[in-house]
Amino acid sequence: MPPSAVPEAQVQVLFHIPEGSTSLRRVHNKAIVSSSPSAGHPIKQHTVIAAQDLRKTYGDLAAVDGISFSVAAGESFGLLGPNGAGKSTTMKMIGAVTQRTSGQLSIMGLDPDSHGPEVRANLGVVPQQDNLDEELRVRDNLLVYGRYFGLPMSYLKPKADELLEFAQLTDKAKSKVDALSGGMKRRLTIARSLINEPRILLLDEPTTGLDPQARHILWDRLFRLKEQGVTLILTTHYMDEAEQLCDRLIVVDKGRIMAEGSPAQLIREHSTREVLELRFGSERNTTVGADLQGIGERLEALPDRVLIYAHDGEAALEEVTSRGLRPLTSLVRRSSLEDVFLRLTGRSLVD
Amino acid sequence: MSIVTDSHAVAEEARNRTFGPLYSRNAKAVISRGLMATKSTNWLVMLSGFFEPVLFLISMGVGLGAIVGAVQGPDGTEISYAAYIAPALLAVSAMNGAVYDSTWNVFFKMNFAKLYQGMLYTSLGPLDVALGEIFLALLRGLLYATGFTAVMGVMGLITTPWAILMIPASVLIAFGFASLGMGITSFLKTFQQMDWINFIMLPMFLFSATFYPLSVYPQYIQWLIQAMPLWHGVELLRQISVGAFTPATAIHVGYYVLMTALGMLLTTVRLRKLFLK
Repeated sequence: MPPSAVPEAQVQVLFHIPEGSTSLRRVHNKAIVSSSPSAGHPIKQHTVIAAQDLRKTYGDLAAVDGISFSVAAGESFGLLGPNGAGKSTTMKMIGAVTQRTSGQLSIMGLDPDSHGPEVRANLGVVPQQDNLDEELRVRDNLLVYGRYFGLPMSYLKPKADELLEFAQLTDKAKSKVDALSGGMKRRLTIARSLINEPRILLLDEPTTGLDPQARHILWDRLFRLKEQGVTLILTTHYMDEAEQLCDRLIVVDKGRIMAEGSPAQLIREHSTREVLELRFGSERNTTVGADLQGIGERLEALPDRVLIYAHDGEAALEEVTSRGLRPLTSLVRRSSLEDVFLRLTGRSLVD
Repeated sequence: MSIVTDSHAVAEEARNRTFGPLYSRNAKAVISRGLMATKSTNWLVMLSGFFEPVLFLISMGVGLGAIVGAVQGPDGTEISYAAYIAPALLAVSAMNGAVYDSTWNVFFKMNFAKLYQGMLYTSLGPLDVALGEIFLALLRGLLYATGFTAVMGVMGLITTPWAILMIPASVLIAFGFASLGMGITSFLKTFQQMDWINFIMLPMFLFSATFYPLSVYPQYIQWLIQAMPLWHGVELLRQISVGAFTPATAIHVGYYVLMTALGMLLTTVRLRKLFLK
């Protein structure tokens, strides 16, 4: 790999903030304009991330096995897949903390392998596990993190207060980090990731482990960022999260892309409008299949339930009962990304 | 604007620099983080580190010293037992502080607090983190050495102005141990492995001519002790404490300069391997 670093002059361009200004945006733009011609291949006008045949192997294991995608500025882009699909590894390569084995990757026109510090200056990262600084208080976490980007205190102090407000943590400014709830820590991590006004926000399973209420608060905050034009890249194995937040997503399994599109588009292409879920008890779910043949467009027998994919779920249910079958429970619902994933891989998202 | 051409020239230059992606010239952010953390949580731990050698000095120097009486100092004149062991205890304290900061402290932050992981998601490079942490270890060593030297002064154990040089010499000793310690820690993955460090440190503390002269050992044991870093620190500070300099002084200093250089080299190589994978 070619040894390289942030060119010092450029760091100064990136980090020079006029006294009293609270916006880094313009300064960032300058750096991007200046550096994009240096990329080896032409990039579309508003593409902020371009991956071409991206690959990462650890020994014999291919964690990411040749994926290609591009993300436009302001877009909310999701990587959906089960644990071990290669989502986090992809995020680390985008985040310029892991070097790719092969393929092309360009972040804001820069190669993250050779321009790590510069690329990271444009990113906000919310890692899978909170890594807040437990030895510092809440507000200090934001200030110190900003210092890591070389930002001056005159910029950081008002910015930190603004972000605490955004994260609904203003009254916790002086608290210790370990006194915060899981949801608060997550919001603080997100606030921290915004301290350098990133062009791109990377969120690795942002709501995993949170209770439903905390998740909804977090989604609301992320939605606001999206409205402000921040490019969001998020991984998740929750289809409702992907449906809520993503304009477009790729379904990843075993390091490969299985499908790509908007949530609605993926559901339309890979599933039916409605799904009838039937439970016959754990013994019969897998054996009842023969009796259900011909109902709906497709049938999926899982250990805990049978899924019948149909345009009209109620009609399918009537057909089932007319055959004299009596499921213990039945439920008609809209198709979700979970069904898309099941269709594409033959497996559930959350095991 | 000439930003475009300028930055290209600098970028090209940066690509040819050895430390390239490892370093973004911002170790001061890591240092200010450490100072802030010390202010809010760690100051008690720091205080205990200052008292440790003082307590040893009082118990061994004053207590045991009453039985031992006067001993022969580095320049051949007789000095009190407390004055004999005080510089050795200072060397031990420089070693302990630096090793604690660069091993357990780094091990915990790397593997459990995930502090470095967070830092490395910013524009910082691993070398910024390493330099910042080593600087903090040295700053702490400087404070301890200054405090301990003041205690020696109060106890009447200082007889020459040369003794003030014990402070920078302690920082050099700490630098050697901190840089090597950090490099070694990068290899260690479990608590059991971390315990090996204590397994090496304790005998080094007890047997490096800390409490009695090296001449009590048979020749081959002497050679072994003389190969160890702490003995050079003990001898160096002992010589400085009475202002008795010999050609060996240069060897002791050289030992630590070399140790520091090798330690920094090892640390850099390891950081490259650990963080640029």
